Amino acid sequence: MAALGFVGGEGMSDLITMDDLSNDEILEILDAAERLLPVANGDVYAPLLQGKVLGNLFFENSTRTRMSFESAMKRLGGEVVNLSSVGSSVAKGETLYDTMQMVDGYSDIAVIRHPRQGAAQYSADAIEIPVLNAGDGAGNHPTQTMLDLFTIRQAHGTLEGLNVVLVGDLRYGRTTHSLSHALVRFGAKLTLVSPESLRMPTEIVGDLQSHGSDVVESENLAGAIADADVIYMTRIQKERFPDEDEYAKVAGIYKMTADDLAVAKAGMIVMHPLPRVDEIDPSVDSTQHARYFQQAFNGVPTRMALLCRSLGVEVPKEVGE
Amino acid sequence: MSEMRRVTAICNGTVVDHIPAGKALQVMQMLRVDIGRSNPISLVMNVPSGKAGRKDVLKIEDRELTQEELDRLALIAPNASVAIIRNYSVAEKRQIELGSELVNIARCSFWNCITQNSREPLPHKLRVISADPLDLRCSYCGRSQSIEELAESIL
Repeated sequence: MAALGFVGGEGMSDLITMDDLSNDEILEILDAAERLLPVANGDVYAPLLQGKVLGNLFFENSTRTRMSFESAMKRLGGEVVNLSSVGSSVAKGETLYDTMQMVDGYSDIAVIRHPRQGAAQYSADAIEIPVLNAGDGAGNHPTQTMLDLFTIRQAHGTLEGLNVVLVGDLRYGRTTHSLSHALVRFGAKLTLVSPESLRMPTEIVGDLQSHGSDVVESENLAGAIADADVIYMTRIQKERFPDEDEYAKVAGIYKMTADDLAVAKAGMIVMHPLPRVDEIDPSVDSTQHARYFQQAFNGVPTRMALLCRSLGVEVPKEVGE
Repeated sequence: MSEMRRVTAICNGTVVDHIPAGKALQVMQMLRVDIGRSNPISLVMNVPSGKAGRKDVLKIEDRELTQEELDRLALIAPNASVAIIRNYSVAEKRQIELGSELVNIARCSFWNCITQNSREPLPHKLRVISADPLDLRCSYCGRSQSIEELAESIL
């Protein structure tokens, strides 16, 4: 890899799963995101993506991912065109393939969120411009993982060998699927806390263990707090349940309060991809452990770095000079 | 063959031998030789075999299966042997090959995969993660495929 930045074989690349990135590439992107922090804050203007257009395709609801991609693109001088399934030809039954052909012509890079698993890879196969997966059903969400890794490294100074507890909906939760894959590559010890019906899919647990990772499955959150470096809470996602009765059985099963964190290490951080419902009590917000709002902001510099990488644009060593 | 022949030799066609015992009906389903055709098919199940103890055999008359059709068998009968018969003699022996990806052989069985929309035009693709034990995953959604479900999803 060239010293100045992202100079791949063809200069442009998709990001569909974390398998698309080597550990060195992950660290390089996190370094670039760190350099872009003053741009993300609005303190420095660096039009690295001037003249480029992002196609922001959200076939499913989103607040943070959509806004942070849009903010990232605009802070870097680029433009954004948006599509949502409501009010577009998608509602008339247009195939994803046909929709993507339009996007190929209207933009230089596409970000896609879709309720169907595999939609991002399918889109990448359908068109020429780079595609970033912003969540496909219960599949992958690698840009969320990158901002999660950024947040973890920001707090602990390293990604190596941390004790990470993932909590909540591990069956349908795509953020935890992508994040767990990435963490084991950096030697994390994982504790997977969920109710029986929402356990991590066995094929994913098998993949994690095949990396030689120490993976423990449990239903007990309280017992996992004291040793944790990171506790990653997730929402039980009502919209992913095929059956409402099944949802009712597990809704509200984990509720973390500030009192629960009395046994935690001083440097332990609590993360959440948001939105939260009741799994993190507002009393946690004012503790030294709360990191979820910072995490949400970190979506901007991280996605800036990812947009630059996929478009083959290097991030200078000194941004803004 | 030391014992009495159970099915007579065929003049022209394809013989699929050494199918795992009990799998011949699935093989027929996968090859689609049982749909919309009138050529004779002989099927023998659970006959003694030196190699595997028991085996199934399928004889399809007047039809030479193509390599593409035969490669479907890699899913359930990867060690089957195939002979093309012409005028009562073995004219060709064909190997079943499990490549690195199965294209348009079966549809991903996961209910929420993007490929479940039958109007989506890109090919159905299953990536071979491991040949033994067989581990196939959809190239789009990444889900592992159960062989039983795949037999129902043959294209």
